[in-house]
Amino acid sequence: MNIGIVVFPGSNCDHDAWYAVSENLHQHAEFIWHDSASLGNVDAVILPGGFSYGDYLRCGAIAKFSPVMRAIRNFARDGGLVLGICNGFQVLTEAGLLPGALVRNDTLKFVCRTVALEVATSNSPFTHQAAKGQILHIPVAHGEGFYIADERTLDQLETDDRIAFRYRENPNGSMRHIAGILNEQRNVMGMMPHPERAADPLMGSTDGLFILQSLAGAAVQSPV
Amino acid sequence: MKARVYVAMKPSVLDPQGQTICHALNGLGHKKIAAVRQGKYFDITLAEGATREEAAQELDEIARDVLSNGVIEDYRVEILD
Repeated sequence: MNIGIVVFPGSNCDHDAWYAVSENLHQHAEFIWHDSASLGNVDAVILPGGFSYGDYLRCGAIAKFSPVMRAIRNFARDGGLVLGICNGFQVLTEAGLLPGALVRNDTLKFVCRTVALEVATSNSPFTHQAAKGQILHIPVAHGEGFYIADERTLDQLETDDRIAFRYRENPNGSMRHIAGILNEQRNVMGMMPHPERAADPLMGSTDGLFILQSLAGAAVQSPV
Repeated sequence: MKARVYVAMKPSVLDPQGQTICHALNGLGHKKIAAVRQGKYFDITLAEGATREEAAQELDEIARDVLSNGVIEDYRVEILD
């Protein structure tokens, strides 16, 4: 299978994602430049972490207008699997592919450490290889990871079983301890923690592989 | 023609920066300051020849679609001259 990794000017986890997919997951990875109007022949797409277009104005605010995002919208609409990590999650909310927004951490400090995440649902292409309630140790590294949405949206996410991960100890103020969510069709997921930074034994945890292996397993059966 | 676009967090959204500033002001002895909300504004100069109506329309569009995120922020457009 073939996983596309989007590169915006300012992306800085694109090579980490590429390494995790090719060296740890043993799948084919390819970079997709932000001004590509087409995704080519990919089975899934990763929007990596970083600071797209410098993240001036708001995180992900400019990235949502890039040509590649039009292609990703179509890909997601047709059921293609899209995983947004950190800045990728921020881009997906700005683009309206996921509800809510990510704002400045309530501590006003950048947080960079490994956190314990609870898998809130295993019913998704991104989490089916983990068990509901399982604890994963995966690093976060962000200044704007405070997930915010109105009460109705939060209730809807819970009712629909669309909260993918919750923090055991909330590092940023996120409402209802949300660390990752799914869209209504369950083929788009955004998460603040970095699974690609917990994919190699050298990194101290390989819990990120639960997510990447789930994605790889699901992408094979994906209709796109 | 000049314009100013104000963008601020919706009243329902927590503003930890504003809270920290309020706390600091109280610490400096400004006890009458009960709450602070921090926002931002953009000073915009329009190219010559644009009518006021066109400018208003375009400014509203950029304020809504680019300068603010409607999920968390409100905006206000002022045409200054």
